[in-house]
Amino acid sequence: MNRAVATADGSYDTLPKLLVRNAREMAARPAMREKDLGIWQTWTWSQVLQEVRRFSIGLTELGLGAGDRVAVVGQNRPRLYWTFAAVQAFGGVPIPVYADSVAEEMAFVLDHAEVKAAVCEDQEQVDKVVAIAAEVPTIELVVYDDPRGLRDYDHTRLKSYEDVQALADTALAAAPRRAEDWERGIATHKGADLAVMLYTSGTTGKPKGVMLSHDNLVISAQNANIFDKFGPDEEVIAYLPLAWVGDHMFSYAQSYVAGYCVCCPESPETVNDDRREIAPTYFFAPPRVYETLLTAIMVRMEDASAAKRWMFHALMRHARKVGERILDGDQVPLGDRLLYRLGELLVYGPLKNRMGFTRIRVGYTAGEAIGPEIFRFYRSLGMNLKQLYGQTEASVYITMQPDGAIDAETVGTPPPGVEVEIAESGEVMFRSPGVFLGYYKNDEATRETKTEDGWVHTGDAGIFTADGQLKIIDRAKDVGRLVDGGLFAPKYIENKLKFFPNVKEAVAFGHERDYVAVFLNIDLIAVGSWAERNNVSYASYQELAGLPRIYEMMAEHVAQVNRDLANEPMMASAQIRRFLVLHKELDADDGELTRTQKVRRRYIAERYQPLIEALYDGSTEKFVATEVTFEDGRKGVIEATVKIIDAETFSPAGADPLSQAAE
Amino acid sequence: MVAVMDRPEMPPTSLAVPGDVLLEVANVSLAFGGVKAISNISFDIRQGEIRAIIGPNGAGKTSMLNVINGFYHPQEGTITFEGKVRRRMRPHEAARSGVARTFQNVALFRGMTTLDNIMSGRTLMMRRNFFWQALRFGPALNEEIAHRKRVEEIIDFLEIQHIRKTPVGKLPYGLQKRVELGRALAMEPRLLLLDEPMAGMNLEEKEDMSRFILDVNQQFGTTIALIEHDMGVVMDISDRVVVLDYGKKIGDGPPDEVRANQDVIDAYLGVSHG
Repeated sequence: MNRAVATADGSYDTLPKLLVRNAREMAARPAMREKDLGIWQTWTWSQVLQEVRRFSIGLTELGLGAGDRVAVVGQNRPRLYWTFAAVQAFGGVPIPVYADSVAEEMAFVLDHAEVKAAVCEDQEQVDKVVAIAAEVPTIELVVYDDPRGLRDYDHTRLKSYEDVQALADTALAAAPRRAEDWERGIATHKGADLAVMLYTSGTTGKPKGVMLSHDNLVISAQNANIFDKFGPDEEVIAYLPLAWVGDHMFSYAQSYVAGYCVCCPESPETVNDDRREIAPTYFFAPPRVYETLLTAIMVRMEDASAAKRWMFHALMRHARKVGERILDGDQVPLGDRLLYRLGELLVYGPLKNRMGFTRIRVGYTAGEAIGPEIFRFYRSLGMNLKQLYGQTEASVYITMQPDGAIDAETVGTPPPGVEVEIAESGEVMFRSPGVFLGYYKNDEATRETKTEDGWVHTGDAGIFTADGQLKIIDRAKDVGRLVDGGLFAPKYIENKLKFFPNVKEAVAFGHERDYVAVFLNIDLIAVGSWAERNNVSYASYQELAGLPRIYEMMAEHVAQVNRDLANEPMMASAQIRRFLVLHKELDADDGELTRTQKVRRRYIAERYQPLIEALYDGSTEKFVATEVTFEDGRKGVIEATVKIIDAETFSPAGADPLSQAAE
Repeated sequence: MVAVMDRPEMPPTSLAVPGDVLLEVANVSLAFGGVKAISNISFDIRQGEIRAIIGPNGAGKTSMLNVINGFYHPQEGTITFEGKVRRRMRPHEAARSGVARTFQNVALFRGMTTLDNIMSGRTLMMRRNFFWQALRFGPALNEEIAHRKRVEEIIDFLEIQHIRKTPVGKLPYGLQKRVELGRALAMEPRLLLLDEPMAGMNLEEKEDMSRFILDVNQQFGTTIALIEHDMGVVMDISDRVVVLDYGKKIGDGPPDEVRANQDVIDAYLGVSHG
């Protein structure tokens, strides 16, 4: 472990200590901004320290102390971020909770963590917590930020943020040395102390409370800041959920370590405008944010005048050709560079300005696979977009892409201090200074996840590419083997198919089978608009999906995926041999997708058993009748004869096709 | 400094004691030619309450609101507002006297932004004349900043920050209604008249609007008189309800009492009128 970097300055090993340091060394520099009444309000580090100190002492006046757990419920508001430090300053443990979680989920977390107090953003959150308080007897105090609508509430256990700070003012007026005592208290805490508990959203079973120490957060933040050279001049915009480890790292720990400024948007709806005004230098977003931004731009470009459209497309072509190479510092001919400059002036610059990326130095995406086209679009504009792979249990960072070594399909290399290995089973494992202390009150789960010597099971299957970058292929439990022993990673194949706009969903089969076969769903919007442009008439999804020309289109996409797979030694045997286009859209109402639009593989396998048989018995069509549920709850039956097609496959070297398409 | 954090609470817009009669309608009748829109109606609106006026189509609700607003002049009867019997006045005079309203059909400046629309609600309070404002300098600038601050507080209150710079014509109906409420609030009225604030809204928009009406009432202490079709909403948010039918008052009292009133039930279920 590379602790030399990590403990470069060992005396600031907790976040409150870093706050005190920042308030002394960077007193007048901006620490936090919030747009309020249409104007950006700024707090310097010394002002933040004052806010935190008053709130912290106020909370102790109300009986909170070391070891007490405080829930933090709401969206990205400065006062909620200050609550983290205020609670940690007296040795308490903040527990950020997802603001949009329903009362029942929240009750589980608050009860499990035995919280003594909750700091809420507004009435909506106070209502939830008050409703829960009946079931969670440990809750003694509820504090709110925005007083709106709360005037007539019973204030015996309810306090406003200002009320709490006023208590501190009274206490400080009576005994001014309380302020010094408070700072002395901070100095007694150690890096190994529990800093925060983050509940993982828990797609399977109940949420688990991941315990992270100050060391976990501070050392990981230091390493990440060094990795991307973040200093006090960065500005970030805080818009992702507080309870998510990423936000806790980017908007809290890394900010305190580097001393950079965190900006809170005016409201969730104004994030795009606010980002444009702030122009962050460091930006993190899940892939869908980048997708949405790109779509919005493309739609607007379609409405632009012909001349502008021509200029946009011509210069974007040029950007795709040389943009990424210029960004990576490769050799590019002078003529191309000059044209790129012109493009920057006319197209790339204005585009980046519209999206709020004018000053961006580093942009990250993580969480799920990003479409290579989308990824390259931003990079070709000159935005340093990179991927990282992380987990709550790792204090975020497991791998990151270093500048200049970027690939749309990998997630980078381990940063300093992190070790990554692939287990026998194909599962990615890591060990780092960020490895969590354990799951709160769940030793069994801790033992299952973390080995004796500190290695953590990620639950993801991955491989290392030839140049040492990690590539995540699927959830470890979903990865199977073909009969010939080849690796079968369904999500990896499905994602490749879904990156084609015409493909809405894909379900791959192949575990303990001879070869891989897939179900496809066409995207009715994309394919429908293609049909309109090409004078193809159709009456329903079912009819469109069954048209020979659509099958040809899908066959091309599948062949393209196979060509990609053939180029990857580990994946070559998992090429798609046969496929069909389903006669209906997979739908959450029919239980085929989860409410978050994820494919429910096992259920689909049962429901379409005859079709799967047909994929493997060589038949070219199959009659099926499927029960469907309409939106009003009525049920009906869809009958169809589904065609099954052989796909073009390629030899691993990428040379001669093994077999030709049947059509 | 700390001052940055202290958002000044909006001052209550009236100093009168809650529960006092703010506006009294006494024996008012209004006719258009031979058509009697309102006949001999009396009721009062008390300081700080939410008062609903309900009734089936054509019951005379909007006419009643127009009378209170000063847009129509009743042939008989008196309107007493804040203890003074109202003389015949023009709507802008009524506005200056502390009565603001919204309309059944949205009446905003469609080409102007949300911000400008709400700013227009401050017009009556602008002290500097047109030339000063055109120069946008010195006292006029200071005045504009003060008004803008108040308008921003309203924008914040109504949670419409994201459409601050959007032309109102581009907004969905539910949001336009909210902007219209914002403009009425910008006048800092002592009595706010809402004409079918929830007409044409879906359930979620109705719930949002109900929340805002209650918050306006609670936080600013504004007295509200509203006309509404949706009985459920009215019963939930009003303190007292007046029921009109064919220009006559057929019920008056707290929601529960009105709900149990046989005349009201008949009016809504359509019993033939003898």
